[in-house]
Amino acid sequence: MSQELYSNLAIFVLSLLVGFEVMSKIPSTLQTPMMSGANAIHGVVVVGAFVIAAEANNWFFYCLAFLGAFFAAVNVAGGYTVTDRMLGMFNRPKKTTPKEDDEK
Amino acid sequence: MSVLVTISSLVYLISAVCYVIGVHLMRSPKTARRGNGLSAVGMFIAVIMIVITLIVEGKITGIGWTVLILGLALGIWYGVTRARKVPMTDVPQLVSLFNAVGGGAAAVIGIFDYTVLANGSHLAVAFSLPVLLDVVIGGITFSGSLIATGKLSGHVSGKPISFPGARLINALVIIAILVSAWLMIGLPTNMWFVTLCLVASLIFGLLMTLPIGGADMPVVVSLLNAFTGLAVAFAGFVIDNQVLIIAGALVGAAGTILTLQMADAMNRSVANILAGGFGTGDSNDGGAADDTPVNVKETTADDIGLQLAYANNVMIVPGYGLAAAQAQHEVAELAKLLTDNGINVNYAIHPVAGRMPGHMNVLLADVNVPYDQMKQQEEANSMFENTDVSLVIGANDVTNPLAREKGNAISGMPILDVDKSKAVVVIKRSMSTGYAGVQNPLFSLDNTQMLFADAKKGLADIIVSTKEYINQ
Repeated sequence: MSQELYSNLAIFVLSLLVGFEVMSKIPSTLQTPMMSGANAIHGVVVVGAFVIAAEANNWFFYCLAFLGAFFAAVNVAGGYTVTDRMLGMFNRPKKTTPKEDDEK
Repeated sequence: MSVLVTISSLVYLISAVCYVIGVHLMRSPKTARRGNGLSAVGMFIAVIMIVITLIVEGKITGIGWTVLILGLALGIWYGVTRARKVPMTDVPQLVSLFNAVGGGAAAVIGIFDYTVLANGSHLAVAFSLPVLLDVVIGGITFSGSLIATGKLSGHVSGKPISFPGARLINALVIIAILVSAWLMIGLPTNMWFVTLCLVASLIFGLLMTLPIGGADMPVVVSLLNAFTGLAVAFAGFVIDNQVLIIAGALVGAAGTILTLQMADAMNRSVANILAGGFGTGDSNDGGAADDTPVNVKETTADDIGLQLAYANNVMIVPGYGLAAAQAQHEVAELAKLLTDNGINVNYAIHPVAGRMPGHMNVLLADVNVPYDQMKQQEEANSMFENTDVSLVIGANDVTNPLAREKGNAISGMPILDVDKSKAVVVIKRSMSTGYAGVQNPLFSLDNTQMLFADAKKGLADIIVSTKEYINQ
């Protein structure tokens, strides 16, 4: 097994354990926002979209790179925005105007 | 290690720390928003780092930049617009849509890296196996999440869908995935191998999600969310990028725990849900009432208005029917009317009220219901004995006293003890059973009255009559 694969595998396994540990008991109130927040985090796949775009060199690969970038951007931008909107409702100060902008 | 690789590794490490601490902060209502913000900051610096890396390396072509920026701009515009405009009732299907494209992006990366090498070369298992897992899991979550989105939004029937020969097709698809796995790992690279793998995985995602009822969808969405995390982690193996591995594995594990907790709160097991065919999806939506319990007392909106106007303590018990009828504005208006006249109003919120756990809190917060009026199950249950009128709106199974007894479908499920209050008023469209398919003896109790109406219409009528009695 190469050194590279070994360290990636170690990172993967340890991150799984961190994920199990950090999650423990979630109050049901927060389960929907938490799911949405976790959903935004795997939007990190957008970094991968950059990486493949750098390697693309013909029309087929450009199409794939475009698709990857589009999908990942929807995931990451939409994911954080909708999570922030949901969480913003829990501790909104009294009597604000109903229209509030969440810049992200 | 070149300087660039060193710097980018450290920056990715910082961004990974942001995700872990972000998730940690999201476990408490007070710090949740900050946690999400921190995780967004982590995401932002990771993106900045990859932009710098690409510029310094200078490998990317002009067309590469163009398609990348075009794709990102369109994606950000679409994602942010949808996220800003979505009504809070439709959040679950939007999250599922975002999850679908995340899985799709992971699959695209795997396909790309395999295809780049699809010239008959031999690949090391250490490379082909992560590609395979990335494409299979990414493909399944893409099509599966799209079906889940369709089911939640009503574009696809919420009923479990099965057809003759489904088992056979399922078996064939699984064989196709295994064959493509063998081809991709064992043989020199070929474009068609990964195509077969993708198509089979997409079909498997469809077949997996279609037979599952609409009411179980939240758990399925959460499970597919965890799957996407894993697909992203494997994409990280493929392109040898640690931040993808860390974030993907984190979401995979955390998402799994969350899925188990959601299933638990709904008194279902994940295995049961995936077996499919349970329930008919949306409860409270008409349906035949074959063995209607006897002695049900029907009442009118006028009478309910009178009871509310002269009550001291009112408890509102919102359920799925309220969310389905989009009646949260009416319920908030009624509560405000009562509160303004010195009547004590609270909401008893069952963990799974609404579309998914915690969804009802979001819906009520959206219509400016004060947070301290939303009582979670335990606190609410201690208040029912002093409640004059419990107003049950579109909720059924979560109020069913049968859960306290043994030997039925909902035995042991945590419920709201609505039957302990002095009077109970149930607004419901028909006598049909809830999602669990069990009759609810609450409806035939001496102190229970029923108003058969759509939640929105029923509440509007009650507001009118309550106003009359209060103004007398």
